Amino acid sequence: MTTVQPVLPFADIGRDDVPAAGGKGASLGELLRAGVRVPDGFVVTTAAFRSAVAALDLGSRVTVLDPSDAGAVAAACAELRSTVESAPLPAAVAEAVTAAYARLADACGQPDLPVAVRSSATSEDSAEASFAGLQDTYLWVRGADSVLSSVRRCWASLYSVESVSYRLRRGIPETDLAMAVVVQQMVGSRSSGVMFTRSPLSGDRSVVAIDASWGLGSAVVSGEVTPDSFVVSKVTGEIVRRTVSTKTRWHQPDPGGAGVVESDVPANLRDVASLSDAEIAELVAIAREVEAHYGCPQDIEWAVSRTAPPGENVFLLQSRPETVWAEKDAAAATPGVAPTSRAFDHVFNLLGGKRPTPPES
Amino acid sequence: MSQPTGERSFPLPSQIADVPGAAGWEEMYPYFSRFQPEDDQRFWFYNSMHFPEVVPAFDGLTSEIPYTAIGANTARLFSFPTTMGIEYRIVNGRVYITANPVLDPAEQAERLEHFQERAGHYYANWDRLYGEWQQRIEKLIAEIEAVEVPQLGELDDLSVVTEARGFASNHLLRENFHRCIDLYSKMWHHHTEFLMLGYGAYVVFFGFCKQAFPEIGDQTVARMVAGMDVTMYRPDDELKELAALAVELDLADLFVEGNEPAKVLGALGERGDAGARWLAALEEAKDPWFHVSVGDGFYHHHLSWADDLTVPFAALPRYVEQIGNGEDLTRPTERLARERERIAAEYRALLASDDEQAAFDQMLGLCRQVFPYIESHKFYCEHWFTTRFFQKIRAFGQLLADRGVLADAEDVFHLRHLEVEDALADVQLAWAAGGTELGARHWRPVVERRKQILDALSRWSPPPALGPVPETMNDPAVQMLWGVTDETIQTWLAGEELDEKTVRGYAASPGVVEGVARVLMNVNEIGQIREGEVLVCPVTAPSWGPVFGKIAAAVSDIGGTMSHAAIVAREYGMPAVVGTGQATTKITTGDRVRVDGDRGVVTILG
Repeated sequence: MTTVQPVLPFADIGRDDVPAAGGKGASLGELLRAGVRVPDGFVVTTAAFRSAVAALDLGSRVTVLDPSDAGAVAAACAELRSTVESAPLPAAVAEAVTAAYARLADACGQPDLPVAVRSSATSEDSAEASFAGLQDTYLWVRGADSVLSSVRRCWASLYSVESVSYRLRRGIPETDLAMAVVVQQMVGSRSSGVMFTRSPLSGDRSVVAIDASWGLGSAVVSGEVTPDSFVVSKVTGEIVRRTVSTKTRWHQPDPGGAGVVESDVPANLRDVASLSDAEIAELVAIAREVEAHYGCPQDIEWAVSRTAPPGENVFLLQSRPETVWAEKDAAAATPGVAPTSRAFDHVFNLLGGKRPTPPES
Repeated sequence: MSQPTGERSFPLPSQIADVPGAAGWEEMYPYFSRFQPEDDQRFWFYNSMHFPEVVPAFDGLTSEIPYTAIGANTARLFSFPTTMGIEYRIVNGRVYITANPVLDPAEQAERLEHFQERAGHYYANWDRLYGEWQQRIEKLIAEIEAVEVPQLGELDDLSVVTEARGFASNHLLRENFHRCIDLYSKMWHHHTEFLMLGYGAYVVFFGFCKQAFPEIGDQTVARMVAGMDVTMYRPDDELKELAALAVELDLADLFVEGNEPAKVLGALGERGDAGARWLAALEEAKDPWFHVSVGDGFYHHHLSWADDLTVPFAALPRYVEQIGNGEDLTRPTERLARERERIAAEYRALLASDDEQAAFDQMLGLCRQVFPYIESHKFYCEHWFTTRFFQKIRAFGQLLADRGVLADAEDVFHLRHLEVEDALADVQLAWAAGGTELGARHWRPVVERRKQILDALSRWSPPPALGPVPETMNDPAVQMLWGVTDETIQTWLAGEELDEKTVRGYAASPGVVEGVARVLMNVNEIGQIREGEVLVCPVTAPSWGPVFGKIAAAVSDIGGTMSHAAIVAREYGMPAVVGTGQATTKITTGDRVRVDGDRGVVTILG
């Protein structure tokens, strides 16, 4: 562990780096290596977490809590979070994050580059991951100081009431605690959304299902808007179903400089498709590439940049394995259709009517 | 089809109101085609795909005979386990049908044994039997072409006496007329001989693909199956060759949009050797390739290209212009074939197991084996034979007109075929007796009244279905043939909830396009269509293919995604929405419309 740097650029990360970079961070590095257009960034590693948070020795203050005493847990958590957010940072971590941000901002040609700061869990237990602040995302963060405080808020989310109660009930040792944080250049999204490389409704693996809306993807992920929906055949590229919804709300960068504001979508955009056919085709190409790279269906977040030129404006923000249908498939033991002795026996099987139930043996 | 639930219902047959001005329509059709009181208990749907217009009296034959043939094949020859044949009824000039299911499992099991033996014989020997079928149908076409319409002179021909034939030519009036009817019946038996077996193979593969890939479009499945459509594309290919010849012979200036065929032909006559060569090539192409009807072969007035050159001559100017500009109009068959293989291979690769892939190969292989029949039988039966058949009937009509029984040859189509026989007997007798036919006084008023009735009935809007809604429409054959499923019925039931600016149908060919609508109620008006317009019509037929090159999109009241028009539209890369049921009612010429061929929706923009 001592060899892991407090900060790793995406370019130095691959899919085997989950222990240091968390699932999200490892996936982004892997995709960047695979040649997919991913906004650049870096990961504040679990090594940084250990030197900054584990050193505070908060574990002993958690293990003494009684999970059934909600009041006590809440009070303790508030205190713990405040500790994480305010304790002095080890200089090595602060300097590494500040320097990494400066390098990223410099590479992007914007001194106060807006970035997204997201927690990146190392655990494969999805329930635990979700309690451990997976939802923690800070968008349109500008400046090294703001980045540092967002990173600490991500860390502090480990001491939310839900997260702490979960660990207490499950008996998960505090010594196992770790979290990486992804800092990624923010795409000024004209449109964004999610896509699955198989139909979330039917499980069909021959299609890519895309949900899209105007502005930042947070509006789609949070369910505040009914997105446009496109189902596209991977084989023919045809848009099998196209549903353009009335999109009433969007998330936009705060014109004041930092953070995100929610507002009404202008009337002239509400009923207009938030993606062009060319953009849909590009998303499908990316989806197929990522799916082929990982060898299993993917759940992908993406954005179309407001400023980048067409052909270079579609970005992948995150990709993870699709789990719902994968679990259903694993659970279903029904065999598929089998070949028959003669091809036309299939016709007899279909048109043969109800078979008399065979007598029980 | 399963039992009715009785929860939701379309109007009952007995509730259908009389159409003003159409009293007496019943006499135009046979008694066994009329709704009976007990028919209220059953579910019927309007066969708008085959019978989109009011049926004239003679054309009642185009429902009577096909249903005697198709039912004989499913019920009595091949013993389909779950279904007998189709019953039909005519009300207000529209054809409604219902299938007769076999519901008893024991009876199904018994029928299945015979089905396996009988259908198995056809599937196992498909290629040989289909080869024999082609010879049989071509022989039948030669026979209908050879039927003579007797000429009744002052005296019968001398040879009748010197050769001691033993019967006079008036005898041949009924014999030869009846021969047309008999040959037409035989053609339909041949037509339906392979039909349901072929569709059986399709249904199996479609069902498998839909199960494995729930989001797959019908059109994509169809693309994996489709062959190169040699027969149905041939008329279009002939046109392209004629266009190339016009360019080669320096006649391109005569083929200008909007030029009447008669005018073009006249002008060609004045262009010396080049004109003569082109006209000779036209005659050569016509037989048989212009025996392609502008409809689907179910109405006498859906004339063939050979009968009326309007459709081919509407398509020629564009082809001439394209060839003049050096464009290659030959169908990229190799590219299409490669694309078909790529699509099939990619779907196959997405299947989870070796077993499924092996089953996929079997089903697709069977579909491709039956495809040549599915693809070409329409040209031989509905187009070539039927064109010749109606031409013969028209010739008998001419004879009746010549003898004064009818005012015009076309009036023969306002008589039932049995009535035509009656009128012919009148002629036989008058010629023999040296008297005068009495038919003029009898039939002419009948014809006049029926023309008025047809006109009145054409303003009736037939409900898509009648009777109680069945729980499920699970008869695969019905689904395939008419595109009627649970979903269709729900759409029909919801018909009244759609807004006035939206028309829904089947997504037949992908793409979204906006354009100005041209509504053509009568397919013979297709010459009016202009470059870039959106064609809106009751039904599209294969012979419209050439015109597809100049329009932006096609919308029809009738048709499924497997219809030939849909396949042609896809090949032209042009959006199409078919089977809307109401496009021609809601849209008017000049409307700006958006055709969404991905979703099957047409929006009227203003």
